Amino acid sequence: MYPFIPHTDEEIKQMLQTIGVKSIDDLYEDIPITVKELELPKGFDEFTALTFLKTLAGKNKIIEKKNIFMGAGIYAHYVPQVVKALASRPEFVTAYTPYQAEVSQGTLQALFEYQTMICELTGMDVANSSMYDGASALAEAILMAHRINGKRTFLISEAVHPEYVQTSKTYASAQRFVFKAIPLTHSGMTDLSALSQSIDEDSCAVVVQYPNFFGIVEDLKAIKEVIRDLVFIVVAEPFALSVLEPPATFGADIVVGDGQPLGIAMNYGGPTVGFFATLEKHVRKMPGRLVGETRDLEGKRGYVMILQTREQHIRREKATSNICTNHALMALTNAIFMSVLGPNGMRQVAQRSYSNAHYLAERFVQKGFELVFDGPFFNEFAIRVGDDYDRKWRKIFEEGVLAPLPLSWYFDKYKDCALACATEVNVKESIDDLVELLERGDL
Amino acid sequence: MTVFEKSVAGRIGFRLPDSQIEEKNFDFATHLLRKKPLELPELSEPDVVRHYTYLAGRNYSVDKGFYPLGSCTMKYNPKINEYVATFDGFAEIHPYQPWEFTQGALELMYELKQSLCKITGMDEMTLQPAAGAHGEFVGMLIARAYHLSRGDTKRHLALVPDSAHGTNPASAAMAGFDVVELKSTQDGLVDLAELEKHLSDEVAVLMLTNPNTLGLFEKDIVKISQMVHNAGALLYYDGANLNAIMGKFRPGDMGFDIVHLNLHKTFSAPHGMGGPGSGPVGVKSFLAEFLPVPVIRKNAERYYPDFDMPKSIGRVRSFYGNFSVLVKAYAYILMMGKDGLTRASEMAVLNANYLRTLISRFLKIASPRRCMHEFVVDGSQFVKETNVKILDIAKRLLDYEVHAPTVYFPLIVHEDMMIEPTETENKESLEYFAHVLEKIVQEARFSPEIVKSAPHKTPVKRLDDVNATKKPVYRWKKQDVQ
Repeated sequence: MYPFIPHTDEEIKQMLQTIGVKSIDDLYEDIPITVKELELPKGFDEFTALTFLKTLAGKNKIIEKKNIFMGAGIYAHYVPQVVKALASRPEFVTAYTPYQAEVSQGTLQALFEYQTMICELTGMDVANSSMYDGASALAEAILMAHRINGKRTFLISEAVHPEYVQTSKTYASAQRFVFKAIPLTHSGMTDLSALSQSIDEDSCAVVVQYPNFFGIVEDLKAIKEVIRDLVFIVVAEPFALSVLEPPATFGADIVVGDGQPLGIAMNYGGPTVGFFATLEKHVRKMPGRLVGETRDLEGKRGYVMILQTREQHIRREKATSNICTNHALMALTNAIFMSVLGPNGMRQVAQRSYSNAHYLAERFVQKGFELVFDGPFFNEFAIRVGDDYDRKWRKIFEEGVLAPLPLSWYFDKYKDCALACATEVNVKESIDDLVELLERGDL
Repeated sequence: MTVFEKSVAGRIGFRLPDSQIEEKNFDFATHLLRKKPLELPELSEPDVVRHYTYLAGRNYSVDKGFYPLGSCTMKYNPKINEYVATFDGFAEIHPYQPWEFTQGALELMYELKQSLCKITGMDEMTLQPAAGAHGEFVGMLIARAYHLSRGDTKRHLALVPDSAHGTNPASAAMAGFDVVELKSTQDGLVDLAELEKHLSDEVAVLMLTNPNTLGLFEKDIVKISQMVHNAGALLYYDGANLNAIMGKFRPGDMGFDIVHLNLHKTFSAPHGMGGPGSGPVGVKSFLAEFLPVPVIRKNAERYYPDFDMPKSIGRVRSFYGNFSVLVKAYAYILMMGKDGLTRASEMAVLNANYLRTLISRFLKIASPRRCMHEFVVDGSQFVKETNVKILDIAKRLLDYEVHAPTVYFPLIVHEDMMIEPTETENKESLEYFAHVLEKIVQEARFSPEIVKSAPHKTPVKRLDDVNATKKPVYRWKKQDVQ
């Protein structure tokens, strides 16, 4: 017998009889059988499987959270137990897409509330109920921008996450789009005069990150003044949005980002969740599922999926995107997390992260390290660490510290630099230790 | 009530630890500091628990009961999957940690990919796509890259049967192809004459779901594969319905060049109200160089992600994939093994045929042929006779505490219901569903109003989705208080 399959031999016999066949093989008579037996081990019992998987998990080194000084898209934050407990309820985990709204009000209301929270963070009119991750959300934003004005050249700040840019280029590879990288000034902000000079009649959209990949808070107001009516796409970080003026104020058309910081474990990079928000005037060009409020026959408030004619199951090849399965459970996790923290908790975490990151930067400077940029930063910043950093970084890891990201991985021009990050999980002692480790010549 | 209406200013469910570092004020230009207060709910921890427990109670789920959505494979999600995915060694690792220190994660991904290759008969695989549609898009970009690499620049067409899921044409279009819809036979199978007519040196790919969306196996698959390859095109396998054929038929043995899987269907990772899923893409060796970066490999000393692939289509997402979903699928494969996976397919097919037989006694089945893991009910005659819609039947089923099947899909059958029971349902559950459905058919004949106005016992009555789209309300706002 198999624990997940209920059939007894007697039942199989009865069922075959009802169907009117002699054996299971008869049910497969139309099929060219190409395998006799799969080349896999026999099934494990649960005890053996657990032991086996525990051993595998044990081969991954876990760094204590206070010793993680790397972000770059995945952040170590504290996740309250209540978030984990609620988000792992089987009524959420084992439900399907809410196709039958009347028995999916839990899902639909939670997603409607999630959409509202994303609108609050970004200041935008409409948010969808989730994308896969921040990178694919940006890629979809770029495809959407083309639907808005029909143009094909995209001006992307060099301070947008390199994996987001790579993903966008792959998504657009069949679209004959042109991508132009806009350099940075010494402040670490997107160079406005370079941006201004790059704009021509083929320009479709401008993409900046807020705070940007190097942690610097871009001046969205100044950028908007330069780009005027181009589609303005902003990649944003949710904790920063709790204290920064929302991109909508500065005329953003599409705001995307990754919700991982809001209650989602690092999970070796996935699943996270992409958030995607836009203005009401663009809503019919938007990808992804939307939940809206409505009434039932008796006038009671309820929620349903809306504007589905944009989607693949109706519009097929003319849909705004092919997305079907999304990351609803992670969107729910975000909503629970934001309900627990509220506006004040969000702000407290943002401020603690900011304070810790600035203390770390000060310590570095005191020890003679140089900050790469002089612009205002949130909770990440770039420092000059020398040419041999990648080797040193691995050595430090052996000491149980995840040190700042070697920027040589992505940027030739910053190959002697590293991207440091601090959040509320770091403490004075672990910060002081990191700076000492980096200062040591023997590593 | 929404979570916002439960908010009381000053409440909070969270406390920061004390810090030895002095709090700093934000030193940003004034115009960049938030002025509009952030309106998130303010709640204590028990308030939050009550709210989401209330919402949980308003959801149907696999743990609660039968969920026969066709082509969605709503099988039971084993509890061990959920548990192992929360191991610190899997959940608390950063994707940019040095690879020497995430060998367990890389080994898991490598072994999972090898297992999936063996199940499908493919040579190499990427685990990065986040969902089935994401996998389709990746697969189609690989097809595009392959043809272009040979200087074959005029292959701009993708052939997609009219019985296919909407994601197929949508993914093909995103990958730059012009989609040609292939008219199927009445059973939704490929019409060879129709295929012949459309094959040319402009065709890049034929996308097939096999078994198809009517639950029927493509009996001419050998012939189809020959025709497609003779025309210089590639054959794509949509793995939505793989749950019927594990341990019996491997797409790679019958000419399929590209395969995508849905780990959240066949391999028991949960659907999570719509996701996250995982949509690995397998290819034959001649296409391996086009896979997205990074591909997980193994050398003499260790497992590593390979980024050095000059012909790769590129990166399709951040990091490596939906790793914790991969952990769940791998746990499932370990638990099931070669015997269990084969058994799963056999029992899925047995369950579908059993339920089909029971239902055929009072409703018309779309195809007279024996089905695989799912089947389609053709309700058009019933609708004509009773004036009760299939949607009404679906809503009425909810009153009997079973989930409705997929309705109005595939598009080639009108007023249809697509039913997939999966192998994890027991005989009583199938019999109960058939019994309830028969009862509703009777109701439709003798007291149609009760069906037309269903559901009656759900947390809300039938919802107005027409006005919801006409006058959309996208978010909660203060003035919405009743």
